[in-house]
Amino acid sequence: MLLVLLTLALLVAALVVPALVATARRRSRRPRSRRRRPSELVAFGDPGRERRAEQRARELLRSCVNDEEWEMYRDLGFVRVFGRGLRRGEVEGARRGGAEGGQTGAALLRGRPSDPPSGAAPSPPEEPLADTPRYAYLVYPHKPILAYEPQSRRLLSEYCVEFPDLSDAVTGSRLPDSDDVLAKWMALTGDEARLLRDANMHLPGRQLDPGRVRRDLWRLQEWERRRRRSPNAPPR
Amino acid sequence: MKPGHGEVLLTEGDPRLREDEDRLVEAFRRELDEGMWAAVPTQDPDTGRRQARMVQDYGQIPPEAERVIFFPRAAGG
Repeated sequence: MLLVLLTLALLVAALVVPALVATARRRSRRPRSRRRRPSELVAFGDPGRERRAEQRARELLRSCVNDEEWEMYRDLGFVRVFGRGLRRGEVEGARRGGAEGGQTGAALLRGRPSDPPSGAAPSPPEEPLADTPRYAYLVYPHKPILAYEPQSRRLLSEYCVEFPDLSDAVTGSRLPDSDDVLAKWMALTGDEARLLRDANMHLPGRQLDPGRVRRDLWRLQEWERRRRRSPNAPPR
Repeated sequence: MKPGHGEVLLTEGDPRLREDEDRLVEAFRRELDEGMWAAVPTQDPDTGRRQARMVQDYGQIPPEAERVIFFPRAAGG
């Protein structure tokens, strides 16, 4: 009887011991794997660098754009730039035509952004239109430029454009958000025709959610209304 | 403008001085040769409205300009 019990005990030990040894080895290996050698550590980028770059970009943007545009970007996250396709004289001519016959003015108001003049030199700065311009753009960081009609809030087109730094193509990094907005603002106010020529034009809704854009237009309208009522509002 | 860095000062100087002007012209041409666009922030003297002027030659830079901003050329996205 005793012999049988001993035999059974040996059998159980022979079965259990290897499992215990394997478990012990796994446990001893785990702490070792957690102790990574410095060379095995994953190299994380410096998040502070990106943040500092964005901060510098915001300061540059603020120093270049108009106060209203800066406050708009700061509060709403985008900038509205009025189109420059229709000059003041053309607006007055359209109004005169509209008063006489009604046809010309209405056709111009319903028109889409005018085709960019081919090979035109950058036009000299002009006074902003007193009334609402025929079309305007919403400039978002790293998103297409959205053209729309301010009067009707009808969405016209998306202009997909980016500013790739080919010298740093391997890392694939892109401009800080505010630099991207500034680049678009400078290109739109400096040479609108050229920027639109280089962009890929699509119908609204290709990349930007039309619902969100309409909400942003509503937010812009409310923002402008609050700004006009503000005691510190600049004279119009 | 440079990805990951924001603005980077390339060079500065007084364009009225010959040495500085040569350095400024060289930096300007180097950036344009690398495919960058150049813009000068301007302000309408009558309305005070700010805008930008794209320049493709050093001679197009207004004399009163304080800085020229270079940024990557636009491409269709």
